[in-house]
Amino acid sequence: MNPKRKQRLMLILLGTGGVAVTVLLVLFALGQNMNFFYSPSDIARGEAPLDRQIRAGGMVREGSVKREGETLKVQFVVTDFAADVTVEYDGILPDLFREGDGVVAIGQLNGDGIVVASEVLAKHDETYMPVEITDALERAEQASNATGSNAEGNSTPTSSYGY
Amino acid sequence: MWQAFVRWFHKWSSPKWFYTMSQPWSFWLGWAATLIIAAALVWGLMFAPVERLQGNSYRIIFIHVPSAFLSQAIYAAIAVLGLVGLVWKMKLAFFVAKQCIPVGASMALLALVTGAIWGKPTWGTWWEWDARLTSMLVLLLLYFGLWALHNAMERPESGDRAAAILALVGVVNLPIIKFSVEWWNTLHQPATLKFTEAPPMHPSMLIPFLMAIVGFYLASMAWVLMRTRLEILQRERKSRWVEDELNRFAEGQ
Repeated sequence: MNPKRKQRLMLILLGTGGVAVTVLLVLFALGQNMNFFYSPSDIARGEAPLDRQIRAGGMVREGSVKREGETLKVQFVVTDFAADVTVEYDGILPDLFREGDGVVAIGQLNGDGIVVASEVLAKHDETYMPVEITDALERAEQASNATGSNAEGNSTPTSSYGY
Repeated sequence: MWQAFVRWFHKWSSPKWFYTMSQPWSFWLGWAATLIIAAALVWGLMFAPVERLQGNSYRIIFIHVPSAFLSQAIYAAIAVLGLVGLVWKMKLAFFVAKQCIPVGASMALLALVTGAIWGKPTWGTWWEWDARLTSMLVLLLLYFGLWALHNAMERPESGDRAAAILALVGVVNLPIIKFSVEWWNTLHQPATLKFTEAPPMHPSMLIPFLMAIVGFYLASMAWVLMRTRLEILQRERKSRWVEDELNRFAEGQ
């Protein structure tokens, strides 16, 4: 490569490298502000402000959803399996809201450590499975539980997909 | 081997050679892309099974992810072409880079629109300012910025250089888009397709999904080749062979 080209190449690479490092440093300096939501552990550590609009996200704990009679009021526990936070909500939950799946509650954290949500968003994961296969897997699991035998040796081909 | 590659590369860096030789390429790439995308969409939208949690709404993934991939791949291509153009003063690299912009911008816009349409039934919102969504919006704005720079300059050569520099500076956004779902908490889920592990997607959905991605790649290449030929005709209009070519068009051949 002739010296002129080499100089231009080095100049450009240094320039863009410098910009890239600056931007990444700024992003990491922003820290918590880059996160879309606080995890229950963040809230337990007191990182989330009280009485201001925040987002709290995690998994809906299995068996924690309590509905109140004939109203839309619902209470559930959001967990990251290290800490829990209780969420209260009065409204229509998204279709994908279910126990054991991801959720983001938008609302205010009150003094009792409860998030009073004005909006609830459902998260979904990166797994895509047909209904029939999931049903078949559940049936196989129930059958093996019922007979007490383990499923070794007749594991279904989809077992490598995170089930 | 290397010398053969350099010779081949030099031939393709001539606008006239590129203009002539790219015609069969864009034709066949375009047809292959049309057939593959049509097959992938018919399979994905009509025959792939219903998803266990999301039902039918997941099917937009067959458009959403390919367009998001291409919007980033095309941006990377623009940056590499800009670097080649700046360092080796190769004008054809600038021509291709310029005509990549509308293609990449269309892909970024398509990814954002299909993402919003997917977000409403699954997340319960069209738009949230999480890191993935915001960095994709920045990518679309970068594309607009590149196009604006080309049009703002009196001399096209200045536009080429300015846009190449902006493209190189904006490259930092690509790793931010890719790793946003791992570095921070986001509403957007992490990537399904990874180089390191088997994708958590059933083969009956995965095959049309991968076909759609391949189809979008081929379609973008064909589209860029076609647009670049027009750019060559416009930018080289004072050269003899372009005059001949335009006269041939005017005579209706």
